[in-house]
Amino acid sequence: MISLFGIALIILSIFTIIPAIMAVVMKDLLACVIALAIMSLLLSLYFYLLHAPDVAIAEAGVGACITTALFIIAIRATQRYEVEE
Amino acid sequence: MNDETNDGRMSIIVRTIATMLLPFVLIFSFYVIMHGHLTPGGGFQGGAIAASAIVMMIAAYGHKMMGKRVSEDGLSMAESIGAAIFAIVAFIGVIMAASFMYNFLVGTPLFGETPPFGGNPGILNSGGILPILNIAVGMKVIGGLAAVVMIMALAGDERGDEK
Repeated sequence: MISLFGIALIILSIFTIIPAIMAVVMKDLLACVIALAIMSLLLSLYFYLLHAPDVAIAEAGVGACITTALFIIAIRATQRYEVEE
Repeated sequence: MNDETNDGRMSIIVRTIATMLLPFVLIFSFYVIMHGHLTPGGGFQGGAIAASAIVMMIAAYGHKMMGKRVSEDGLSMAESIGAAIFAIVAFIGVIMAASFMYNFLVGTPLFGETPPFGGNPGILNSGGILPILNIAVGMKVIGGLAAVVMIMALAGDERGDEK
């Protein structure tokens, strides 16, 4: 019999995988970066549920904020839409 | 954010909210750094939160205005000072007790108290050299991450001018 905690982990896993797939599939790179930020935030929640609050704080600070800012700066310096070769 | 007419700034609402949020984020980051030996978190986590506060101000006010307020040399200097404090504190242990990173502050008034036995929430004034090492790592991470974002923003600006 699966517990309530296991059900919560499964639901959170699905909600973490969906933005990751969106970040791969979408052509608008700015939307991809926002999807990656959402994935990082949900991943930090996942780490917290798995009793790793240290990693959760680091993931929320670095993954959701600083990486997003770096990607947005890089997109501003290059181009926004993915080009078909 | 990409609006060139108003120098990279966002709207007045975003700027006001960012200015109001800044002290809370900074105080939370210093809390995480100072309680690194008691609660989850530590130097790296608190430094990442403080650097995210600086990134928030860069996003709200634009990197040109933040470049005037916060200099890259100051951030690099904070990073180097943090690394130097870490190394010096670690090598004092060699001098005083013939062991690298020896906890020579136990028993002294500075972070030297011993917590009692049994369940207790922890004493902030304990831990020996661990809080000092946490502060050093926090300085290093604040300087490093904020300098990376700020230098990359300025470099991207120059690249945009060339195109």
